[in-house]
Amino acid sequence: MSRSAVRKEKTAALKVRKRFRWKKAVPIYLMVLPGVIYFLINNYLPMAGITIAFRKINYRDGIFNSPFCGLENFEFLFQSGNIQVAIRNTLLYNVAFIIIGTVFPIAVAILFNEIRGKLSQKIYQTAILLPYLMSMVVVSYLVFAFISADNGFINKSILEPLTGESVAFYQEKAYWPFILIFVNQWKGIGFSMILYFSSIIGISPDYYEAAKVDGATKWQQIRYITLPMLKPTVITMFILSVSKIFYSDFGLFYQVPRNSGTLYEVTQTVDTFVYNALMNQNNIAMSSAASVMQAIIGFILVVAANAVIRKTSEENALF
Amino acid sequence: MSGFRSREDKIFTTVGHIVMIILSVLAIAPFILLVSGSFTENDAAIRYGYQFWPKVFSLEAYEYIAVQWQQIGRAYLMTIFVTVIGTVLALLIVSLLAYGLSKRDVPGMKILTLLIVFTMLFNGGVVASYMVYTNIFHIKDTIWALIFPNLLMNAFSVILVKNYMQSSIPGELMEAAEIDGAGQFSVLFKIVLPLSKPILATIGLLAAVAYWNDWTNGLYYITDSNLYTIQLLLNEMNNNIQFLTSSAASLASGISTSDIPSASIRMAIAVVAILPIIVAYPFFQKYFAKGITMGAVKG
Repeated sequence: MSRSAVRKEKTAALKVRKRFRWKKAVPIYLMVLPGVIYFLINNYLPMAGITIAFRKINYRDGIFNSPFCGLENFEFLFQSGNIQVAIRNTLLYNVAFIIIGTVFPIAVAILFNEIRGKLSQKIYQTAILLPYLMSMVVVSYLVFAFISADNGFINKSILEPLTGESVAFYQEKAYWPFILIFVNQWKGIGFSMILYFSSIIGISPDYYEAAKVDGATKWQQIRYITLPMLKPTVITMFILSVSKIFYSDFGLFYQVPRNSGTLYEVTQTVDTFVYNALMNQNNIAMSSAASVMQAIIGFILVVAANAVIRKTSEENALF
Repeated sequence: MSGFRSREDKIFTTVGHIVMIILSVLAIAPFILLVSGSFTENDAAIRYGYQFWPKVFSLEAYEYIAVQWQQIGRAYLMTIFVTVIGTVLALLIVSLLAYGLSKRDVPGMKILTLLIVFTMLFNGGVVASYMVYTNIFHIKDTIWALIFPNLLMNAFSVILVKNYMQSSIPGELMEAAEIDGAGQFSVLFKIVLPLSKPILATIGLLAAVAYWNDWTNGLYYITDSNLYTIQLLLNEMNNNIQFLTSSAASLASGISTSDIPSASIRMAIAVVAILPIIVAYPFFQKYFAKGITMGAVKG
């Protein structure tokens, strides 16, 4: 056979294979199309929209074509003053949520694991997961039923009969750090408890059997088996929370204090700040600067956090 | 060894029960206060506050809801519509995309997967997203605003479904069907999707709850009260309890502001809003728990 004939045969074979592949590939491309379009619109176009934060917006040129102005919007953002309070609140609340949201659910999960009887486990789990399914609007109604000044349970049934005075919770800053931390835990405990519980039941019973044979007490089993075995989950969850430390649960901080202006000093976070600047003050410059700052710091923190996970426990790394 | 339970074991079990009972009561109590408040006579609710058992039992809040059903029922139907359409659409495009991505030998799918994972790490922020949706797609005050932004799909569920399809469905099954001449669409709909029921149930349920509970899209994009969902109605009543009477419908039916049982109606509408979730939840509970544990595997 001549060389050219071999080549011809090869290209023909390649063509057949290619045609076969394309026949399979075309339907696949059609299938992914709607999802790809969605991610383009919902995620990638807004990424391009980040440039808004670097433009001096005027409506003649349109939002996406206004002239660039460097970091002017960011300077304006920090000079206006309120963002510092929002950043401080976001960070402090997140620190509190991370600490309480780690220690408390683990303790509960360990105790939950001690309960024998599938039925009681199921009942408890159903009950404490219920708040997790509620929207923050509904949660704000539940909170209102307790702390409203005019007809809240705490004022009418506890404080007034005992002290003769009522507390206007929606005007008093001092209570809110406690209220928000409590509500956050109340809503989230079911979720994080199940998460840690699923790690605990993954621990091989052999460890506990061996420890019992050696005469280890329950405390020792928890201290030397359960907690060390939970460490990878805890570390992953911890690093993930740290990577989200610049973000807050918008619903929690907007709905539960009912966006009350007198409480902003202790309830305003970056997310509510962005909302109020955009929707109530119509201040595109300030809100876009704040939200872009949040997105960029968030990205840096995710990448850094992932690098840390890679070092400590590679199999838990996100990417 | 296994049948034996020491005194120490029993103490731990007892403490476990006590703690779990306290937590369960704390979880449920607010809902009891809410329901009790909704069945309390308005004047009693104002005088004595909300209580765990109605001081003076009354159905006036629910009667009021019945009178105002034109508006509240409309919001309710809107919620149901958005939840059903949103969940069905979400399941459909998530399955299609996840199946495509699971075909690693098709050129471009690996890079596509990376691009989708990237959206979990970086986003343009709320303002950029708002500007894109309002200035390019003019979504404000349309029903799409309640379905499209953020809720329809997220990278996390796509990756979850893709991983499930890759690990739990035997490749030989799909190959055999392809050799028998089945196209990719019939492989997906006749073989892969029926075998993916557990993961689709979990994803669908999470999507349905997210749609039912959503109010942020409405907060940003909806000003027309005809498009209010029940959550948006609740949100509006938080700002303005007179909202219900300011509508044309109630003006026509001759209800004045002073007639609203404002203290109990708040609670009653919230009860109506959460009722479907409370009723359906015990049956779906195991899927939720499963969803959470799956989340624990990959962040």
